[in-house]
Amino acid sequence: MKNKIINRRSFIKGGFGGTAATVLSLKSARAAGDFDHYPDSMGVIVDLNRCVGCRSCEAACNKEQGLPEPEKPFNDYSVFDAHESGGHGGAGRRTDETRYTVVNKYELPEIDHPLYRKSQCNHCLEPACLTSCFVNAYTKTPEGAVIYNADVCVGCRTCMIACPFYIPTFKYSSAFSPRIMKCIFCYDTRLKEGRPPACVEACPQEALTFGKRVDLLEIGRKRIRQNPGGYVNHIYGENEAGGTAWMYLSPVDFGEAGFDVHVPHEPVINFVRDFLSIVPMVLVIWPALFAGFHLLANRKEQNKHHHIDGGEE
Amino acid sequence: MKLFASEKQEIPISDHFKPDGSRWTLKEKLLLGLSFDDYRKQLVRNPLNWLILIIFAIGVPIIVERFVFGLGSVTHGSNDYPWGLFLAFGLFGMVPLSASGFMLGTTVELFGRKDFHPIERLALLNGLLGYFFAVIYLQVDLGMPWRLPYPMVVSLGPAAVLFLVAWHVATYLSVQIAEVLPSFFEWIGWLKGKRMIRSMVLCLTIAGIILSTLHQGALGALFTYPAGKLHPLWMSANFLWIQFLCSAVFGGLSMLIIVSTLSKWFLAWRCDNQFLDSLDKLTLGLAKGAAFAMITYLGIKFMAIAHDKEWVYLFTGWGQYYLLELTIGVVIPMMLFAFAVRNGNAQMARVAAFISVFGVLWNRINTALIGFNWHMYQEIPHWKEVAITITIFTLYLATYRFILYRLPILYAWKGEK
Ligand code: SF4
Ligand code: SF4
Ligand code: SF4
Repeated sequence: MKNKIINRRSFIKGGFGGTAATVLSLKSARAAGDFDHYPDSMGVIVDLNRCVGCRSCEAACNKEQGLPEPEKPFNDYSVFDAHESGGHGGAGRRTDETRYTVVNKYELPEIDHPLYRKSQCNHCLEPACLTSCFVNAYTKTPEGAVIYNADVCVGCRTCMIACPFYIPTFKYSSAFSPRIMKCIFCYDTRLKEGRPPACVEACPQEALTFGKRVDLLEIGRKRIRQNPGGYVNHIYGENEAGGTAWMYLSPVDFGEAGFDVHVPHEPVINFVRDFLSIVPMVLVIWPALFAGFHLLANRKEQNKHHHIDGGEE
Repeated sequence: MKLFASEKQEIPISDHFKPDGSRWTLKEKLLLGLSFDDYRKQLVRNPLNWLILIIFAIGVPIIVERFVFGLGSVTHGSNDYPWGLFLAFGLFGMVPLSASGFMLGTTVELFGRKDFHPIERLALLNGLLGYFFAVIYLQVDLGMPWRLPYPMVVSLGPAAVLFLVAWHVATYLSVQIAEVLPSFFEWIGWLKGKRMIRSMVLCLTIAGIILSTLHQGALGALFTYPAGKLHPLWMSANFLWIQFLCSAVFGGLSMLIIVSTLSKWFLAWRCDNQFLDSLDKLTLGLAKGAAFAMITYLGIKFMAIAHDKEWVYLFTGWGQYYLLELTIGVVIPMMLFAFAVRNGNAQMARVAAFISVFGVLWNRINTALIGFNWHMYQEIPHWKEVAITITIFTLYLATYRFILYRLPILYAWKGEK
């Protein structure tokens, strides 16, 4: 099994030590954003029109992933009204060390029933968590899941900083075996064998549809085409953060249903490239440049015009 | 200590030999040439030591709590703000203020400005301690501190910015240890070691520049990952790393002005005349460098906003806060520095340095905490988080003082060198 998981990071492996390697690796990293590595990877499309907020998915996930029993049972709907701090874009619950997925309620004046949104890891195509981790704890599997290896994680929490969807959470309660807690697309128990994740299977409304990402995009477009009044013409996740495996359809502007509509439409790593691209240059040019300065300075030791601006760029 | 130093002529120790010709033992050197009783008296008399004791009495148990009960017991354990005060202040704040080492190293060793020699060692020590304690802060913050070497040996993620930070800070720490060692070797009287390092000094200095350029910049680049979470005025995909690097230049120089000033005020007994006499002139030299770096910095800030077309944000509340940071943290100290240089007023440069160090810290905290998640809520650190931060900082100051009391940093060793 192990070698079936092509470590996606090998595409952008280079290292800051080897300068030439870094240049090359950055080239391939750039290319990586332009095509889909795993054309057959799976995904899920979530249809907000169908979700009734029954929380079956939360319950199924809790069981499947062996998470601790929640304070309030899963058939207690008062959780929707508790305004916990922490959800981005205002109130609402968020993922944490006890839950990989949460459903939130949004009451909107323009529609007569409340909207519910399930959130979990979106399993990005070019995951920010993966690209920001300095010990390579994350892997994007060919099946589409972004999984995490607790054995190498140092607990720096950069992945949490980097994830544009505020998904990874940290087991702050533990001193001796803390770890990142996040949805893994039920990779080891289901996805690996081609079975849909527990939450999808548990959904009584078929609000969650599991399938190949390319097919899901087709399904999404078809639903929008057939019912243009019922959906906004956008599939959230098609391009957000460079594309995600979990995508959403909504009857209202995504911003109103608690989505972050400011998430850039390109992979997070693109914002870091500017810096990454100067690294090899500094490594190559600086030694020669400063050794040269040294020779010059020694030649005209007397030069009094030199002001002190040692490291100034 | 001041008292003893004025009473006994053999104190402070700055030679291997006592006036009567016998050799100081290591123990005597550690006790600053005092008898054990005198040393204790000296400790008890200084009110600062009592303050340190109180801070430790409160802070150390909280640090123990953190390691026994987990991060969640001393912080809010926030998933929205994974990085709190430990990193905002301890890592992102301490590292730029410790840039003094590589800058003075470059100035003296590479550009041949021997006139800065009297404060070169102080600059190197300031760098070393700053980095060392930044790592301590990091160790408090890491979920699994015992895995600190993992990115070096166990599992490498070389395409991540933090990977670069980890490697460079580790390497640079060793470079700085090597750079500070000569003073230690003089003090214990092992000249071979000193000569060995002397022969590598050029390599060490150049390594210092490369590593510093990259990791100071990398700390900024780390904040380009949360591109959408950080307020657009602070965020700049293209320029954030240069801004961090450039502000580290004036941050480091200002910090050096501050520590040299404090040394002059409180440790005058330990400074030699060369240090004391040249300090005003050197302060102005540093001030000049800082002022240039600040102009450059403002230019880059301006460019970043122009490049991302963010002018509208300047007219919001955030914009005013941003301008306030720039005005107090950069523009005012820059003008003071310029004025000080023009009028040869070292005192004014010192005032400017205090403001500018505050400005750099403020900027890092704005980037890491206040402007972060700007569309959500602002997190106020848990009081225990503040307590730990203060405790470690106190430890930093105490270590700093311990070394300055002894090693030939503020004075030149009189014995063989
Ligand atoms: S949603 Fe966040 S945690 Fe999930 S793959 Fe994307 S970046 Fe990683
Ligand atoms: S917390 Fe762990 S998984 Fe996340 S970036 Fe740090 S080392 Fe990687
Ligand atoms: S895919 Fe699996 S781990 Fe993720 S939310 Fe659904 S049940 Fe939980």
